[in-house]
Amino acid sequence: MPTTWPAPLADDIRSSIAHFSNAEGSVLLALQLVQDRFGYVPDIALDEVAQTCNVSRAEVYGVFTYYSDLRPIPPARNVLKICIAEACQASGSTALTDAIKSELGLDIQEKTRTDNAEVLPVYCLGNCALGPAALVNDQLIGRTTVSKIRTAMNGEA
Amino acid sequence: MSDFTVVYVPRDAAAISVGADEVADRIKNEAEARGLSVKIIRNGSRGALWLEPLVEVESSLGRIGYGPVSPEDVPSLFDSKFHAGGDHALSRGVVEELPWFAKQSRLTFARVGIVDPLSMSDYEAHGGLSALRKALNMTPEAIIDEVTSSGLRGRGGAGFPSGIKWRTVLHTTADQKYICCNADEGDSGTFADRMLMEGDPFTLIEGMAIAGLSTGATRGLIYIRSEYPHAIEMMREAILLATEFKVLGSNILGSGRAFELEVRVGAGSYVCGEETAMLESLEGKRGVVRPKPPLPAIEGLFGRPTVINNVMTLGSVPWIIQNGAAAYQNFGVGRSRGTQVFQLAGNVARGGIVELALGISLDELINDFGKGTRTGRPVKTAQVGGPLGSYLPTSAFKVSMDYESLLEIGGMLGHGGVVIFDDTVNMAKQARFAMEFCAEESCGKCTPCRIGSIRGVETIDKIMIGENRLVNRELLLDLCEVMTDGSLCAMGGLTPLPVKSALSNFPADFGFEPSVGGSHDAIA
Repeated sequence: MPTTWPAPLADDIRSSIAHFSNAEGSVLLALQLVQDRFGYVPDIALDEVAQTCNVSRAEVYGVFTYYSDLRPIPPARNVLKICIAEACQASGSTALTDAIKSELGLDIQEKTRTDNAEVLPVYCLGNCALGPAALVNDQLIGRTTVSKIRTAMNGEA
Repeated sequence: MSDFTVVYVPRDAAAISVGADEVADRIKNEAEARGLSVKIIRNGSRGALWLEPLVEVESSLGRIGYGPVSPEDVPSLFDSKFHAGGDHALSRGVVEELPWFAKQSRLTFARVGIVDPLSMSDYEAHGGLSALRKALNMTPEAIIDEVTSSGLRGRGGAGFPSGIKWRTVLHTTADQKYICCNADEGDSGTFADRMLMEGDPFTLIEGMAIAGLSTGATRGLIYIRSEYPHAIEMMREAILLATEFKVLGSNILGSGRAFELEVRVGAGSYVCGEETAMLESLEGKRGVVRPKPPLPAIEGLFGRPTVINNVMTLGSVPWIIQNGAAAYQNFGVGRSRGTQVFQLAGNVARGGIVELALGISLDELINDFGKGTRTGRPVKTAQVGGPLGSYLPTSAFKVSMDYESLLEIGGMLGHGGVVIFDDTVNMAKQARFAMEFCAEESCGKCTPCRIGSIRGVETIDKIMIGENRLVNRELLLDLCEVMTDGSLCAMGGLTPLPVKSALSNFPADFGFEPSVGGSHDAIA
């Protein structure tokens, strides 16, 4: 995951997804591509995807809001996904989540992000025998501790 | 002896998560500094995840293992001449002689951890492609007969006989047919699909190509969840290589037959592991469950006949075609034939992959292979079959791990995951979590699932704070019945399993006398 993203300009979005024009069932693919390239799916991208894929904006919006991966706002400098599913619960992921949030100055319920970091829950990273598992940006961590997360995080810009 | 030493360091995501990349770098640097000639192969994981990173060295005795290795251990490994099989505190001896491996029956996972996952010549040297060559000389009917009589059933959780599904697709006429591999392995406590894709991707490709030959499908898609970036990358690379070697493409191994394959990536929706929701997602839509009929085998992807199988199912096909249905039938019990790739997860001392004939007891899995909990505290419960599986008490651990025996005690085999908890777990919280998870991940199509799960969370909250406990317990059981009977798919339909099993097996955690729990739907 890059630490900086290009600004999502309409022309740029349009040319990125142009090859999906008239392709069958490409709305999700186009939205994923926009997010891969710009870090999130800006509102103007919904119009571009609708036009390119020849479907209504409402349809695109429906797909966009269904999938939890697709995000309406840019990511923080560090995205921390901590597994909260059963196997990691059994290995202490609840305590880990609380500890990392308090370390980063985040509230458990209310405040989930700063410019530096956001903490997101995730249901299973497939690392269930080495839990608790976490994904810091693109790096998978097993037997996760607060210090392992700290080491994996990008420094301040 | 060759003039260089071959050292294996896994590139499996789980091994990487505990430092395998750093260990590989350190070995390379240390070897250079000492003027030693070392060839590092990044294999898949053997599946003994508690030993990861497990470094192996080729020797005349076999592959000697060292693990778990940290980068700091590397200089001392060289000091004790591990590259010549030397002894070290981390030495595990010949890996295949470890009881953990020696007691397993690795069929689907035969090559995982052994071969270089991206070497076609290594794959062929270990028996790869022989099934595909055989299948190219068989009629579609003969391939399907073989799969049917092997007794192979869907390993994704539903346990439907694979041969029957394939035959339906073969006998349905269409301009285009598809093979869709469900690699949306979202169940907590399961990682076998991921490990096969990362450790032996050509096996899945070969299995899918055989499915294509037997049904007349010329296009295949693998739907991999976005949480598996390593598997996505590995499958994409393997598909490119397989196309280069003409295992895929318009002229499979010079036969004139075609099969093309592509990877599609999920977007963070658990319910897209349900086959019809997966089809919707592959069509670029919201992953909402479709009613059945029509069956996907008749009207599946883009309305065309589609085989949908799990990674483990398709990954078992090459072994079956190569060794014959009868050989596969030799494994298993009753109507549960073949092997299951069990996954030991959660609070377990020795977690990982255990492939064995269906029918081993849960107790053997947890205690003989898993060696109990990692924390060293007593085991309180194991959840078998993913987040929609039952929480079984230790008194039920004698159960035989096969489709029918688990059903009999109100559980399910699912994808073969076993999540172990110690005695600090509160089962009312786990029941609440099951409802919460359902509320979060429901696709919204069926009211009992969409809204029932939210009411479920509220009702369990009331029980937990002691508000009209008995009345709310009845309400909760009633709600579970509505969800079971009134939901289209397993999301709403099976969420009651963990809830009811927690309630009946661990009533004290909800504030009930033991007799209250025991009187209602007790498990085992």
